[in-house]
Amino acid sequence: MTREEVYERLNAVFADVFDDDTLTVNDETTAADVDGWDSLVHITLIDAVEEEFDISFDMKTIVKLKNVGEMVDVILEEVG
Amino acid sequence: MKELEYPFDARYLIKKKKSLKRQLLASDTRFIDKKVAILGGSTTHDISAMIELFLLNFGIRPEIYESEYNQYWEDVMFDNPELLEFKPDIIYIHTTNRNLTFPSIGTKEEDVKVMLENDLNRFRAMWEKIDATYHCPVIQNNFEFPPYRILGNSDCYDVSGRTSYINSLNALFSQYARDHKDFYIEDIQYLSASYGLDAWADPLYWHMYKYALSMEAIPTLAYSVSCIIKSIYGKNKKVLTLDLDNTLWGGIVGDDGPENLAIGQETSMGQVYSEFQQYIKDHRDIGVILTVDSKNDHENAIAGLEHPDSTLSPDDFVVIKANWDPKSKNLVDTASELNLLPESFVFVDDNPAEREIIRAQVPGAAVPEIGNVEDYIRAIDHAGYFEVTNLSADDKKRNEMYKANAQRAALEATFSDYGQYLDSLEMTGVIKSFEPVFLDRIAQLTNKSNQFNLTTKRYSRADIEHVSESDEYIDIYGKLIDKFGDNGVVSVVIGHINGDVLDMDLWIMSCRVLKRDMEFAMMDGLVERAKGAGLSRIIGYYYPTAKNNMVRDFYDRMGFTKVSEDADGNTVWEFDLKKDYENQNHHIKVNA
Repeated sequence: MTREEVYERLNAVFADVFDDDTLTVNDETTAADVDGWDSLVHITLIDAVEEEFDISFDMKTIVKLKNVGEMVDVILEEVG
Repeated sequence: MKELEYPFDARYLIKKKKSLKRQLLASDTRFIDKKVAILGGSTTHDISAMIELFLLNFGIRPEIYESEYNQYWEDVMFDNPELLEFKPDIIYIHTTNRNLTFPSIGTKEEDVKVMLENDLNRFRAMWEKIDATYHCPVIQNNFEFPPYRILGNSDCYDVSGRTSYINSLNALFSQYARDHKDFYIEDIQYLSASYGLDAWADPLYWHMYKYALSMEAIPTLAYSVSCIIKSIYGKNKKVLTLDLDNTLWGGIVGDDGPENLAIGQETSMGQVYSEFQQYIKDHRDIGVILTVDSKNDHENAIAGLEHPDSTLSPDDFVVIKANWDPKSKNLVDTASELNLLPESFVFVDDNPAEREIIRAQVPGAAVPEIGNVEDYIRAIDHAGYFEVTNLSADDKKRNEMYKANAQRAALEATFSDYGQYLDSLEMTGVIKSFEPVFLDRIAQLTNKSNQFNLTTKRYSRADIEHVSESDEYIDIYGKLIDKFGDNGVVSVVIGHINGDVLDMDLWIMSCRVLKRDMEFAMMDGLVERAKGAGLSRIIGYYYPTAKNNMVRDFYDRMGFTKVSEDADGNTVWEFDLKKDYENQNHHIKVNA
């Protein structure tokens, strides 16, 4: 899977979770950039990303994620 | 909304909760509004969001109060203006084994007993405070099993084992529930077992987010709570309507002949259908009405049900529609014969095409995807259609009552004069002020009546108790007995005294006694009491809903005069008590 393909699917997940079809994210996006991305919505987001890519984040990965780019790195690592 | 019916896709609901909520709120459902306080011993954010979705889907629009993280006890026990002002209609306490302190290994039996008592007392103090302060129903989790067992299998019988501790504490909670009204246990000990404990209590969610259960398990927890709430507010289904061939027995009775059907203990296929029939038959004891809706010649249907190995017999069904009409027509006809709404029905049929027809033609009826015969029970059971919260003596008799109604209808056909028919029923009414023994049934009726209901005001058991004890109200119930049987409490009327006026809060009657002149007997009873209290007028209100059109002109029939009507069709009626009043009921002998 290419980085672009991951983003295409990831944007759809963000659109679902935040109920906003216009939302797009990139490598630098952090929680501070997205309206409503608080710690509680973060849980939903992690769960939805796991479902979309059929992967499962372990705790030490989740606690280290700094921005969307790092999340995409992990996704690419997991799905190959 | 199909997405919110059991079995739901938990991850889909979690991801889509915002847009699902938007869609539900935009639908044309006439919601009832309820305030739900969720007091948690762990994070409750998504639990609250899921409860909201499921309740909306049941026609209940909740306003939700959530305690701060792990403040469930403090929120109740200490001054809490915010919760007081919120005025909850119901309180759900979500605590889990993460909120317990367990005995250390080797603790002596008497010390474990003290710990159990202390835990129970801590919770009991909270429940009693809620009862005293908020007078509202409480739903309390019991506890799920621990995620590990230091003592291995002996953890369940060594008194210091955690498994043993949870079993004991849960038993104490259950005892409290048996002894107290308006107190309900959400059995997460069962739910988590049924779900799979390891998947239910994923430690990642506790350590990362302080959720005591995994995200994917939250919808299961929330659905179960929502089922209890919808049951309390009268949104349970009432009827199980069943297909016959390959649903209640294996084979097609018209083609194979009754002697060749798979039913009974001789073969495994016979056994699986017998177990399902027993499961269906047991629903009679919780007040669920059974009917048949089958494409068969009537005599073949009866021959199948009279099979010597059949657990169910023709007598177990209030209505049997076995013909070649569309099943949707049969279902709607059955509903109208029973004076029930089609949305009170659960339709069970092995044929996906028939299920699709009902779904399309009878909106609101539940149509479970029942799978193969070995899956039928689980599919119906886990959906919680008939969640039991208050089992009244009436529930057990309901099938007989509806059956007696069918006999009355047959009798009616033999009389040309309706008054003669009513007299032939030899009716006796009991019309009295609320009495303690009937408070459960009265509260249940206020939540179940939709059609013959002037204001659609709902009352909890505690509300009814308050009305009954206060002298600011005139409250009467009516019971009706006739030669076919005792219909039980079928009508409730509540008005509050406002100076020299009686303002009607509620006037309801069960549709099973329509056209029996019971409403006139209630009116007579009301007028007598209002005059006795020295009042000069009764003011009645009619608030239209999607379901109560039948009582739009009710007050006119009772002799009231219309005072006003607004653009939404809400009407206000007045009855002058100064005038002479002649009793309007002539067919029911009333014992006051």
